[in-house]
Amino acid sequence: MPQEPKLAPTLGELLQERGVSRRAFLKYASYLSAVMALPAGSATALAEGLANARRQSVIWLSFQECTGCTESLTRSFSPTLESLIFDLISLDYHHTLQAASGEAAEKAREAAMAENKGKYVVVVDGAVPTKDGGLYSTIAGVSNLDMLKATAKDALAVIAVGTCAAFGGIPKARPNPTGAAAIDEIITDKPIINIPGCPPIPEAMAGVVSYLVSFGKLPELDHLRRPKAFFGETIHDRCYRRPFYERGLFAEGFDDAGARQGWCLYKVGCKGPVTYNACATLKWNGGVSFPIQSGHGCLGCSEPDFWDQGGFYRPLSTNLREMGPALAGAALAGAALGAGAAWASRRHQESYQRDQSAAEGDKK
Amino acid sequence: MTLLEFARGPALQVAMIIFVLGATWRFFGALLLPWRLVPAEPRKGAPSPIAAAFKGVVVKMWPHKPFQKAGMFTFVNGYILHFGLAIVVFLFAPHILFIKGLTGLSWPALPSNLVYTVGVITMASLVAGLVHRLRSPVLRLISRFDDYLSWLLTLLPVLTGLLAAAHLGARYETLLAVHILSICAFLIWFPFGKLMHAFMFVFSRAMTGVRMGQRGAEL
Repeated sequence: MPQEPKLAPTLGELLQERGVSRRAFLKYASYLSAVMALPAGSATALAEGLANARRQSVIWLSFQECTGCTESLTRSFSPTLESLIFDLISLDYHHTLQAASGEAAEKAREAAMAENKGKYVVVVDGAVPTKDGGLYSTIAGVSNLDMLKATAKDALAVIAVGTCAAFGGIPKARPNPTGAAAIDEIITDKPIINIPGCPPIPEAMAGVVSYLVSFGKLPELDHLRRPKAFFGETIHDRCYRRPFYERGLFAEGFDDAGARQGWCLYKVGCKGPVTYNACATLKWNGGVSFPIQSGHGCLGCSEPDFWDQGGFYRPLSTNLREMGPALAGAALAGAALGAGAAWASRRHQESYQRDQSAAEGDKK
Repeated sequence: MTLLEFARGPALQVAMIIFVLGATWRFFGALLLPWRLVPAEPRKGAPSPIAAAFKGVVVKMWPHKPFQKAGMFTFVNGYILHFGLAIVVFLFAPHILFIKGLTGLSWPALPSNLVYTVGVITMASLVAGLVHRLRSPVLRLISRFDDYLSWLLTLLPVLTGLLAAAHLGARYETLLAVHILSICAFLIWFPFGKLMHAFMFVFSRAMTGVRMGQRGAEL
């Protein structure tokens, strides 16, 4: 009798092997459900989905980036279980984390693509240079552009991690010499989830992957393809300094009395009012702090083109373009036009009076 | 380019240039015209032109007794509207920052919640002014397109500003962009319509004061 092929162990079985209790696993699922604002009762569904899921093949592509996103995820103070789940993903290709290099690494990627055709998830950090055929960044002689297209072709979904992958980020900043583009500008026929941030919050990454693995579908996304659970509210809306904004109490600099008293950082350029992210609620380093709590305004790093918004220390309500010379020129031109109009009017009046006088003289 | 970038960037730049160019054009165009006073000799005991001008500006700030009953709503509502607008425009922290970015000048702001309240009162005053205008046959008769457009372009920045503050109707960045664009429309129309009275009313009242004073009329 032919033997049935042995299926790979489920995540639940693997966790059991590693000594993770069901109670701890349910606790983790509840935590993820809570941070993703899932409906009541979904923690159990999430736990069951995760427990019954098999290792998800993940191919991680790093393009024009600084490795900050990977650093953020691997060095996070997230729950250890989260790291465990991350371990349990079959990370088949990742420059920074994989042991293989050179041709062996590329073969691992190709093998994973062939074995999990249509089922693997592509995670991308970094923008993709598109100018001049994408020659500004290559891996093993293959341009990032070609590698992304080839890898995403048979993928289940693509997750763009970090602002560079999601929106182009710093590589795309003006003047964008390499023609850097976001992933969704290149891949248009696959489900794409953007998890922006410079770097992104580790919980957002873990939450999205867990959701994808357990429910087999994308979480609810906003118009920029960001999961609403993490990018549904602005930093400003959830900022603990918000009451100072309402009371009109602002720090004027980073070392004045207002700054020392923890007043609102709007005047020193905080972009919290237009930045959608979960920094103010989930925070960083195990919930210790986030930039505003540490005394610096939000840079707006999870928003498109955050690098080109007129300067990190320019308040949001100020104009983006330098106007001084243009306005001075407009004032001079306006004054000249006004003087010209008045002069023409005077001339007209004088001529009219002359004509009137002449007409009266003729009558006499 | 996002809508907010467009609003904060090229739209605001173009609107500001048109505003400054148009306002200085009209301002100098009017002030450099011949100052035609009454050709007749001033009446005996007539105040000096400067005193008459000053009186003309000040006295017109409150209605004459015979008109007080009929004109009280217009005056009181006008004051609420204009003080409200001044508070909202010049004493809200983000607006002060905008002015500081342009001129380098800044001053203390009022608490944001207080400014929001004043904004609501200002908007109510604008609506009341329109209702009053529409209900009065005389005012309706003398109202032109300019009056209604100026009213609308004054209302929109207040309305969109309040919506942005309350995050009502759309995402904050969209509301902020729409708010800035409504200000752009206001700035573009300002020099060419009746909104220009903000700069010209002092001169207009002063000239009336001088002419009346020269004739010996009681202001």
